[in-house]
Amino acid sequence: MNIKKLLPQLLTLLVVILVFGFFSYNAQINMENRGITFGYGFLSQESSFDVQFSLIEYDGSHSYFRAYLVGLLNTILVSVIGIIFATIIGVVVGIARLSNNYLINKTAAVYVEFFRNIPLLLQIFFWYFAALRALPLPQDTEPMFGVFFLTIKGFFVPAFVWNNLDIFIYSIIAAIISIIFVRIYAKKKQEKEGIQTPVFSISIGLLLILPILSFLFGGVDASVEIPVIKQLSQSGFTYEGGIKLPPELISLALALSLYTATFIAECVRAGVQGVSKGQKEAAASIGLTPNQVLKLVVMPQALRIIIPPTTNQYLNLTKNSSLAAAIAYPDLVLVFAGTALMQTGRAIEIVSITMLTYLSLSISISIFMNWYNKKIAIKEK
Amino acid sequence: MSDKIIQITEMNKWFGDFQVLKNINLEVEKNKKIVVCGPSGSGKSTLIRCINRLEEHQQGSIIVDGNELTEDTKDIEKIRAEVGMVFQQFNLFPHLSILDNCTLAPIWVKKMPKKEAEDLALQHLEKVQIADQANKYPGQLSGGQQQRCAIARALCMEPKIMLFDEPTSALDPEMIKEVLDAMVNLAKAGMTMIVVTHEMGFAKEVADEVIFMDEGMIVERAETKEFFCKPEE
Amino acid sequence: MNKLNFLQPDKNNLYTYLYTGVILVALSIFIVFLNSFFNKDIVSFLPGPISFFLPLILGFTGLHLIRIDYSGLRFLDSINKNINTNNFNAFLSLLIVFIVIKSLPPLLSWFILDANIAGDSKDVCTGSGACWTYIKIWFNRFMYGMYPNPEQWRINLSFIALAFLGCVGFFATEKFKKYLTLYYVVVYPLIAFFFIFFFISGGPIFFDFSYGIIAAVISIILGFFIPSKFKMYYFIIVPITLYILLKYVFFYEELIELGKLEALEWVETGAWGGLSLTFIVSFFCLIFCFPIGLFLSLGRRSDFPIIKYISIGMIEFWRGVPLITVLFMSSVMFPMFLPEDMFIDKLVRVIIAISLFEAAYVAEVIRGGLQALPRGQYDAAKSLGMGYWKMHILVILPQALKLVIPGIANTFLALVKDTPLIFVVGLLEIVGMLNLAKTNPEWLGFAMEGYVFASVLFFIICYAMSKYSYNLEQKYKTER
Repeated sequence: MNIKKLLPQLLTLLVVILVFGFFSYNAQINMENRGITFGYGFLSQESSFDVQFSLIEYDGSHSYFRAYLVGLLNTILVSVIGIIFATIIGVVVGIARLSNNYLINKTAAVYVEFFRNIPLLLQIFFWYFAALRALPLPQDTEPMFGVFFLTIKGFFVPAFVWNNLDIFIYSIIAAIISIIFVRIYAKKKQEKEGIQTPVFSISIGLLLILPILSFLFGGVDASVEIPVIKQLSQSGFTYEGGIKLPPELISLALALSLYTATFIAECVRAGVQGVSKGQKEAAASIGLTPNQVLKLVVMPQALRIIIPPTTNQYLNLTKNSSLAAAIAYPDLVLVFAGTALMQTGRAIEIVSITMLTYLSLSISISIFMNWYNKKIAIKEK
Repeated sequence: MSDKIIQITEMNKWFGDFQVLKNINLEVEKNKKIVVCGPSGSGKSTLIRCINRLEEHQQGSIIVDGNELTEDTKDIEKIRAEVGMVFQQFNLFPHLSILDNCTLAPIWVKKMPKKEAEDLALQHLEKVQIADQANKYPGQLSGGQQQRCAIARALCMEPKIMLFDEPTSALDPEMIKEVLDAMVNLAKAGMTMIVVTHEMGFAKEVADEVIFMDEGMIVERAETKEFFCKPEE
Repeated sequence: MNKLNFLQPDKNNLYTYLYTGVILVALSIFIVFLNSFFNKDIVSFLPGPISFFLPLILGFTGLHLIRIDYSGLRFLDSINKNINTNNFNAFLSLLIVFIVIKSLPPLLSWFILDANIAGDSKDVCTGSGACWTYIKIWFNRFMYGMYPNPEQWRINLSFIALAFLGCVGFFATEKFKKYLTLYYVVVYPLIAFFFIFFFISGGPIFFDFSYGIIAAVISIILGFFIPSKFKMYYFIIVPITLYILLKYVFFYEELIELGKLEALEWVETGAWGGLSLTFIVSFFCLIFCFPIGLFLSLGRRSDFPIIKYISIGMIEFWRGVPLITVLFMSSVMFPMFLPEDMFIDKLVRVIIAISLFEAAYVAEVIRGGLQALPRGQYDAAKSLGMGYWKMHILVILPQALKLVIPGIANTFLALVKDTPLIFVVGLLEIVGMLNLAKTNPEWLGFAMEGYVFASVLFFIICYAMSKYSYNLEQKYKTER
């Protein structure tokens, strides 16, 4: 090994080691002065703080680790809601951007330019502090469709009360499995006899019929629990029953999906535009119908272009959901890196756990994406 | 009923304000090979794209194999299935292998069993001499191989007419010959062909008639021998 | 005369269809217009659902009638092509037109007609519209934060001066063009730093750090005249000597005190805020993140495994975590890593944190540019006998950087949009100031106005930038 190659590497390594050494040395002294020792034992201690909104059972008597789980689940919840809506809006707007209708095209363009050029945090604040605050109090709320109550205290929706929920779920699973079998069968049949089975309508039918059968014969029974107004005090009202979506969750999900949808829309547009006109012409010239052109030629190619940047946007959305801390939605950052950190003072442990959580999420998704991209890449020389 | 497979009468087409095709009258009989030539921008490509209705004409009529092409033509796909087309830029589907490129339409349009479609595709790939590349992807082939595959793909639909839109213009000189050879073989097998090309050698060898277009009009139409002996002014 | 077939309009009775259609469409728009602007429902004699859908039905029929292909009327053709290609499109077009007409009056009345801007207290805001008085009164705070009012000219002056100095590139003559990069990468940031440190903050002219800067600048300038053979030694020895000379021989402690501009009051960074802080933070982060990103991207493509993996680790780490956790780290975790007596200003910590964070993104953008260059460029440079640094500085980077300017501009756009997050550490730029003003008991209930104002500001800034980067992208696309 020659020195010219080794020297710069060793120097860099030395600098990195020195910096880390300096940091950890100081950290040790600082912690000694404050009388705390480094370690993750505190995770099992009683947390003794409450969280506004939680998907799992939680109160002050649970451990810090459970508080971490509560925050993580809330982060996942808002990310999943955001991703679903961002995808729907993004695909619709992206297709609208491709429309040859001037008005639709421009409306979509205005939407994209407007929402992507305003900081996300500002949008979250706008929805939370300005728009949702203009909603009526629970006692003055007019129900939407009779059962939904959109109030300043949150969105109250009816909940289902299930009997024999498990049978219902089994019926759905059975439907999915039989759809898979139908697909395999249809493919085999096609290969042998050339007859195409209407797989799509059969799938929809199965998905509808099996659950309905479970209602009729399986003893499955669902009743709807409608939120009912309840007086707490002289002027304090709320709704009971049903599901309550807190305003923090709504404004966060709204802002995240509206913001991310603009980027997804651009990905969709770029993807469909990325399939050249010649491809569509060639597909049409061998006699494929417009639907087949879309299904067999355009979509497979467009999806290859759309999926990688869109996954990236999903990841961004998940990371951006950490802005929840600004409006007190109890996500991972607020619950763990906020409240728990204040109580324990264990800055290094808690910030590192929080960062590692996001980091492992990002890295695992990007590893998966790399693998996926390699798998679907169009083969070239 | 004559054996005229394509009949174009008084056809006009505009792109916006610009008239690309003016009063086109053209009849093509079965098994005839016609070469269309002329300077670029003279409307040759547009003409054959109209026959496959990749472009819509605005006046006049085009009748392909007894079916008139109009806005209301419901089964344009059926007509297209009988008219094969080969493009300048090949336009193979990069996400499918060569074999899948060829079997796609037989399976989905003709509802042919997969096995049968594959046999058919291999047969046609054999004709253009790239059967050995069947499992590769378009991106892995040379331009000439891709264009021959495009020809095979069109042939798999067993079309009555083949349209060629400058099939050799995007190729390197050494690859032009292999594509032209494939086309000559096809012509000898009796296919009805309309070929837009600048390859005069090919025209001389196989064409029955040569059409010369300029500024959207058919300037000259002549038997091949006449065309090359005494061109009209 | 041809028979009229209203189901399938054709060219034969063009004008009959055209006039009927236009009248129907105009009528439908007129109904909606009256309803929306004058609150008059002229079709109220019809039963509810019909009167509600009537404009839509009328307009739809009208558009159907005028949908005549190749009519020869240029205007009609262009309408048909653009908004009226088929029933579905016609329906959507009408819907959009109606929604716009419907939503104009409430927007107009909120923004202008019923809004208040006169006066200087909350009491004037009696209308149902926006209270722009609130913005007017708080404008100063939204722009300058808690910066003392009489001193605000310092910020203005600095920004104007920096803007002018930033425009130098547009007026440079051919002769100076080749120094522009040096100017923008080295000189301009230094000038900006001096402006902000001495002028806006009112700090002393000489402090520990500035010796280092002066020493570095002098040694770089002298470095141009040193034969390359000795450069290695030169850059190790000279800057350190200069630093020691400057600190212990030329300037005494007394001089430090003398150097301070007595006239300028010291304003600590905690008082900075508002839009000016947004600019300061984004400006410095841009300056710092670029070189860091450049080195990270070169490191990632390096042949030396240690350097390569350290760079990859850095890049992936910063890209994998949300900015808010990075800011948390800089505010609560970072002080633990420093000696107890060492204190770094909050603003500086934030700028370092954001710079490192954005540098990772910049690195990926630059890597894209480096990868886009054909292999041949590297081979050609190597075949001319250039070393690693010469090859990159003279051949690779000038080409690659030009390619990535739009990408960098996009990253910078993201950075500007990320600056409001510094509220996490208690620095209040414009969004933070809004939240502060919103909670002022005197001015409760005007959150909407504040957010709309800030949105408009940000939109103007970001939209201009994104258009600029888009234009650059198009320009480079055609140049290649």
